Amino acid sequence: MPSSDAAAIEVADLRVVRGDVQALRGLTFRVARGQVVGVLGPSGSGKSTLMRALVGVQDNVAGRCEVLGHPAGHPALRRRLGYVTQVAAVYDDLTVRENLRYFAAVIGAPRGDVERVVDQVGLGGEVDRLARSLSGGQHNRVSLAVALLGTPEVLVLDEPTVGLDPVLRRGIWQVIHDLAAGGATVLVSSHVMDEARQCQRLLLLREGRLLADDTEAGLLARTHTDDVGDAFLALIDGADT
Amino acid sequence: MNLAVLLATSGRVLRQLRHDPRTVALLLVVPVGLTGLLAWILSGNPGAFDRWGAVLVGIFPLMVMFLVTSVATLRERTGGTLERLMTMPLGKGDFLGGYALAFGAAATVQALVVSVFTFGLFGLDVAGARWAVLVVAVLDAVLGTALGLSLSAFARTEFQAVQFFPAVLLPQLLLCGLIAPRSTLPGPLEAVSAVLPLSYAVDAMQRLTVEPGVSAAVWRDLAVLVAFIVGLLAFGATTLRRRTP
Repeated sequence: MPSSDAAAIEVADLRVVRGDVQALRGLTFRVARGQVVGVLGPSGSGKSTLMRALVGVQDNVAGRCEVLGHPAGHPALRRRLGYVTQVAAVYDDLTVRENLRYFAAVIGAPRGDVERVVDQVGLGGEVDRLARSLSGGQHNRVSLAVALLGTPEVLVLDEPTVGLDPVLRRGIWQVIHDLAAGGATVLVSSHVMDEARQCQRLLLLREGRLLADDTEAGLLARTHTDDVGDAFLALIDGADT
Repeated sequence: MNLAVLLATSGRVLRQLRHDPRTVALLLVVPVGLTGLLAWILSGNPGAFDRWGAVLVGIFPLMVMFLVTSVATLRERTGGTLERLMTMPLGKGDFLGGYALAFGAAATVQALVVSVFTFGLFGLDVAGARWAVLVVAVLDAVLGTALGLSLSAFARTEFQAVQFFPAVLLPQLLLCGLIAPRSTLPGPLEAVSAVLPLSYAVDAMQRLTVEPGVSAAVWRDLAVLVAFIVGLLAFGATTLRRRTP
């Protein structure tokens, strides 16, 4: 059974069908604990499907898909994994504090965790405001705060910085790096190629396939380019010819 | 099932309601207003309000709670909160039970307010026990919640969820004995009405209207209603999926 040295994420020949679309066409990769891994790719490349498969809410999954040595979606993972969806999945008609208290009760987070995550995402001044009255960026940060409750070992963040201004984006990345420094494994998706430099390792997705699995430096050296967007294009051109 | 998670869920649902005072006002004012309107309409017809009042006190909460629950759970599905909860240690029973308990509590307040006005101000007179009228009204409301919880899985949008009202509740209203006594229905329709929960809710109220105390038949109706509620919540657990396409 799962040993403590199991990889954070172990995926082999992962395939997912959504409706009549083959959303993932055989992904294989492994993420060691404590890594910050970026999943980059245009919209429709399968990023969200991969994340849904890893947190165990995606149906029609074939192949191997394991988190912390357990099959994705295993009950043992439900306290050890944090998940942020693209839309801020919080209750708009509750205050920030009421949202966090509810989710903290569901996962059985320790006392004081609500205050801790509020500080972590910098929402200390907004705890008594209704979620619906927050700006888009604050709204996303409430959603991120929920995922931090209970100090999960693995965080799956689907486009947490989408629509944020550069200052807020920097703030979110700071939180992500702090979590990794604390030993957490973070898988974070983005369609913004210049966020690549924030990750120790990149998974480039296109049309449900893994186009590259490399560090930013390795990717740039291999494609003789100087930004990840160009590297992405070079890889596509290379794959098509 | 985990009682702490169930209670946290029902507390959360009630807190959401508290932040929506307009909905709370509608939950309380609309049934009272409609019952008052009925009393006024029938005021020229002695005894008519006493005949119909109890039945309607039972039907209004059912309709209201069905709609409120359908929309609330659909919001959970479309807003991503249900997907998030499904990655957490929350059992389906905790979720459904939490909703049933929260709306059951709201329904109890609603039934109390409606009863105070109906018996006090509008002068409804029934032969049976008034507390039993209250109990049937609360069970009807919980039945509405259970129907909403189990059926909202089949709606993709709020428009569709609202359409379940005419599709699911109106046939029951036509067949439950309100329009024509069930015993006078054509054979196949009578058979169908025997497996519809609203038939038992209306039967209980009609008996309480004319029979003194709480007869054995009313107790049987109450038991059938509870069985329907439990069955619908169990069905709801099968329509609630951790994994979605």
